[in-house]
Amino acid sequence: MRIDCPCCGPRGVAEFSYGGDGTLRRPDLATREAEPFSAYVYDRENPRGPHVELWHHIAGCRHWLRVTRNTLTHEILGVEMAGRFAGDAARIEGQGA
Amino acid sequence: MQKYSALSLLKNAFSGHRHWQPAWRKAEPKPAYDAIIVGGGGHGLSTAYYLAKEHGLTNIVVLEKGWLGSGNIGRNTTIVRSNYMLPDNNRFYEWSMKLWEGLSLDLNYNVMFSQRGVLNLAHTPAQLDDYARRGNSMRLEGIDAELLGPSEIAALVPGLDLSGSARFPVVGGLLQPRAGTARHDAVAWGYARAADARGVDIVENCEVTGFLREGERIVGVTTTRGEIRAPKVGVAVAGSTSQVLALAGVSRLPIESHVLQAFVSEPVKPILDGVVTFGAGHLYISQSDKGGLVFGGDIDKYNSYAQRGNLPVVEHVMSEVTAMLPFVSRLRLLRNWGGIMDMSMDGSPIIAPGPLPGLYLNAGWCYGGFKATPASGWCFAWTMAKDEPHPLNAPFTLDRFRNGASIDERGAGPYPKMH
Ligand SMILES: Cc1cc2nc3c(=O)[nH]c(=O)nc-3n(C[C@H](O)[C@H](O)[C@H](O)COP(=O)(O)OP(=O)(O)OC[C@H]3O[C@@H](n4cnc5c(N)ncnc54)[C@H](O)[C@@H]3O)c2cc1C
Ligand SMILES: [Zn+2]
Repeated sequence: MRIDCPCCGPRGVAEFSYGGDGTLRRPDLATREAEPFSAYVYDRENPRGPHVELWHHIAGCRHWLRVTRNTLTHEILGVEMAGRFAGDAARIEGQGA
Repeated sequence: MQKYSALSLLKNAFSGHRHWQPAWRKAEPKPAYDAIIVGGGGHGLSTAYYLAKEHGLTNIVVLEKGWLGSGNIGRNTTIVRSNYMLPDNNRFYEWSMKLWEGLSLDLNYNVMFSQRGVLNLAHTPAQLDDYARRGNSMRLEGIDAELLGPSEIAALVPGLDLSGSARFPVVGGLLQPRAGTARHDAVAWGYARAADARGVDIVENCEVTGFLREGERIVGVTTTRGEIRAPKVGVAVAGSTSQVLALAGVSRLPIESHVLQAFVSEPVKPILDGVVTFGAGHLYISQSDKGGLVFGGDIDKYNSYAQRGNLPVVEHVMSEVTAMLPFVSRLRLLRNWGGIMDMSMDGSPIIAPGPLPGLYLNAGWCYGGFKATPASGWCFAWTMAKDEPHPLNAPFTLDRFRNGASIDERGAGPYPKMH
């Protein structure tokens, strides 16, 4: 498996550290109920097929990437920067990765 | 059921082995049962067996989408142990160990359970202290555990690099003498045959494609071979748990599916007596009766349903095995494969009623579900029959995460790839 890092180019998966489901959003810190936090920490959709996930280019540029990958075939369908440098599509105002 | 014995073997030998019966019937699914078990892996089959044997529920069916043994039950490295630290885990896995000890007789099927010992190597004094603590925790639960020094280890495992110049010198180890290995396929076949003998229907090539509901309640399933109704439906589908529960409208669970690879070398003469684990990384190795070295390491550490992994893990596992047992570098690798693990958020399983009325869930087995096969089925059968958990599986609920009662043996936190 190779990830085409927008910063470094195609690199082997061994250079990256997996950050899990990339669609999760931490609840607003002002939230008082436990339920949204517990769902954020523990509950996963775990799809068989395309999965939006985070990868950290730990042995490269150290950017966090948001990767769309097919979990059944390991095919990588898209890579973009996460967080501050994210493209408009992935970017959510005022939030990090 | 045709009973297996030395006499039956002799009789069949003299008649040219023409009269053996199939080990289980090829059952046609009936329209309704008292209970349905989804998944014909080790856990589904043992659940069916104990439902019939312990609770008298024989009008039941096991539905398997492929053939028996096509999932993780036929893909694991066959290690059986009960050397945990947390009491909830120790009690559950020790009950499994006790069931293993009588299993071949109970099933009238040789599962080749071999109590050859599992030795965890320690490479630093701190790690040895940690093992001593775990050993004490085991002994408090009445489980066998022995702390060994390098000379005892040298006598036990001749091929180890015990020199001071080893990259990770061995300073001691924790041995569970009653732990060992079993023949994984035989466990599936033995449970299937014994359940079938008690009247359980086992239906292969029958995929569950949906659930029948009356309001909130689950009252049966739709399958590739038609509708089947039952007041109780137990799900034991390991790596496919998220997909099957999504069919019931449960779209999120504290589970991620990850791929774990395993390896077998070419067969060699007996060199490794027990199971040995490398403590400076994650590696476990034993020698099969055929002579192949069977070993594995970490999961690949990303969500996967591919049943095959990537090369960095292969390379990592090979470097670990050759650091620990240098002679392995001269062996050729025969086969390598992967299986899909239901990794839970705390590394411990779920055996519980729910999450919907009429539904029962058995999942979250991570790397360790083979050794759990007898106790998992035993406890799940109890839970399905009595609509409440047995004390042994009462801690393994689905809502323990929400309630802050997670059972995190490694203290690794809610990261499935770390368990
Ligand atoms: C490489 C590897 C090494 C391992 N090593 C060890 C070890 O040394 N010791 C240990 O204790 N554990 C080990 N494990 C873990 C252990 O094998 C599993 O935890 C355990 O087998 C899972 O339970 P099972 O046997 O019921 O699963 P499976 O055999 O996977 O059974 C689940 C079944 O459900 C079926 N299914 C899925 N979806 C559907 C559907 N929609 N309808 C009908 N059927 C369906 C599947 O086809 C499958 O047969 C290892 C696992 C792997 C992959
Ligand atoms: Zn990069």
